[in-house]
Amino acid sequence: MDFLNALIQGLLIGGLYALFATGLSLMFGVMRIVNLAHGDLAVVASFLALALISGTGLPLWFVLVVTVPLFAVLGYLTQRVLLQKSLKSGPLATLLVTFGLSIVLQNVLLEMFSADTRTLDGGSFATGSFEITGAISIGYLSLATFVLAALVLTGIQLFLSRTGLGRMLRASSDDPETANLVGGDSRHIYGIATAIAFATVALAGLMFAMRSSFDPSIGPSRLIFAFEAVVIGGLGSLWGTLLGGIILGVTQSIGSQIDPALTLLAGHLIFLAVLAFRPQGLIAGRKA
Amino acid sequence: MSLTQSLTERAAAALDVSRAARSSKVSTLVMAVAVAALCALPFLVFAQVTDTLVNLFVLIALACMWNLLAGFGGLVSVGQQAYIGIGAYSVIAFADLGVQPYLAVLLAAVTCAIFAVPTSWLAFRLRGDYFAVGTWVIAEVYRLLVVRVSSLGGASGKSLTGLSGLDQTLRGALTYWVALGLALASIAGCYLLLRGRLGLSLMAVRDEETAASSVGIDVRRAKLLVYLVSAAGCGAAGGVITVSSLSVNPDAIFSVQWSAYMIFIVVIGGIGYIEGPLLGAVVFFALQQLLSDYGSWYLILLGAIGMAVALWLPRGLWGLVRDRTGLSLFPVGYFVRTRAADADPT
Repeated sequence: MDFLNALIQGLLIGGLYALFATGLSLMFGVMRIVNLAHGDLAVVASFLALALISGTGLPLWFVLVVTVPLFAVLGYLTQRVLLQKSLKSGPLATLLVTFGLSIVLQNVLLEMFSADTRTLDGGSFATGSFEITGAISIGYLSLATFVLAALVLTGIQLFLSRTGLGRMLRASSDDPETANLVGGDSRHIYGIATAIAFATVALAGLMFAMRSSFDPSIGPSRLIFAFEAVVIGGLGSLWGTLLGGIILGVTQSIGSQIDPALTLLAGHLIFLAVLAFRPQGLIAGRKA
Repeated sequence: MSLTQSLTERAAAALDVSRAARSSKVSTLVMAVAVAALCALPFLVFAQVTDTLVNLFVLIALACMWNLLAGFGGLVSVGQQAYIGIGAYSVIAFADLGVQPYLAVLLAAVTCAIFAVPTSWLAFRLRGDYFAVGTWVIAEVYRLLVVRVSSLGGASGKSLTGLSGLDQTLRGALTYWVALGLALASIAGCYLLLRGRLGLSLMAVRDEETAASSVGIDVRRAKLLVYLVSAAGCGAAGGVITVSSLSVNPDAIFSVQWSAYMIFIVVIGGIGYIEGPLLGAVVFFALQQLLSDYGSWYLILLGAIGMAVALWLPRGLWGLVRDRTGLSLFPVGYFVRTRAADADPT
């Protein structure tokens, strides 16, 4: 029963990992950018929500509703102002710029909020759960997060396959110059992709903040989760990312069942195993 | 004499091909004097100065190793802290076995090169940007594994044994010389490697990988060699950090902050030049000394400068110096000069 419980809890947190990894997957898929500030952006969203709630006394759901679109706008601007320029300077430049951004964000947060560990109080919803059997109970928050993640991923997938803008986005990712020729504006398209990525990162960051504690320096280790989910699932495939997130969540959860100190290591080892035996990932998407 | 022959001879006579720029001869002399002065420093100044310089030398060595890897090998790693950590812990482990700690620094380099062989097999499966994060995950794995070994002190780290018998002044001086030796060996190692066959292969691979492999360059072997040398260098640097601080803490020694330092030093100094990491390390070190009282503002500034340089000055400060003056302290390419008209034999 303990094992089954670990499996279910792992599956649920896997949804959160997948939601979090979507932004990384999308930015790499469309622009070939590995955003090293990905984890820090989630932490910035957590701190922003914390500051909004303690500063204005607004309810949590309202802060959530405000933060996510705000991050989408920030994402669009970051792409147009910062990343677009780095794309012209070659692949090393994008890596350096996002790494620089990561260091800057971490230390700005440290300067503003100190190194203390924080949590976002989700109230009774975050702590409540319903029992299935004596040994297995499912938290409302965990389930809501998973459902939210599935909805968001389905939404993005529908956007990419059914809408004109989504199709243009895929076209730009395959061949930006040709997409420009047929009326796309790759800069705008890239901005949209980054906006979606930032919005999902913010959403994941807020969910993370409600279920576990955070501090300014936790971003990089979160980035690693997202990265592992993307690689396990297979580069360039959103469903692969969902699968990767779930595999990572389940592995960590089972690892912690054996020994709490094994949680992270188990996740890393499954990543290395995939790398060793199936480097293209479990679902091979478009070629990277 | 046929026309072709005569033309060839004239052409050959009019050009000099050499490996040294004119400035190189002067700079060799200047560098020799500087090295001699640095060697004598423990006899001349307070221990405080030499202790601080140990940090600079470690940074220089690390930056040289990252530059070799990323600037010449095209392998942008964010996980070299794996080898800093393994090197540091090797010194602790060898010292526990009774090996003299300064000697253990050398063994640490060898240990890291050995660890780098299986690591590279996994890491090389990832390309480009994904290689960067993949190496970082591998460094995390090494940290988590080391923490599980109780004889290495677990999560709280461990002190170095085997140096307590030494007089403090002598220990300071020895550590300084070992650190200086490491920095000089890193620079000299990169210079010699890049002047040789490997340097030529790497430049060809960097410029056009497919074309390079089609003319018989073993791309994988060249990259592996660079990766192993870089691992050994970072390992020795980790060892020097341990003999200088006399203890090791797993979170600090395996911190990604080391990668941040290496990357920003190299990028600010000028990636792909041997002089780049040297200049970058000096600038970085000066900033660190100046801003040491401002805590995290220092890193904010560093990150911002790194971003700005990546965007607007992709060849770094040394690229700027080189464009203005043509100076090259460690020429690894070839220089072609036209001879003066009066020397023309025809």
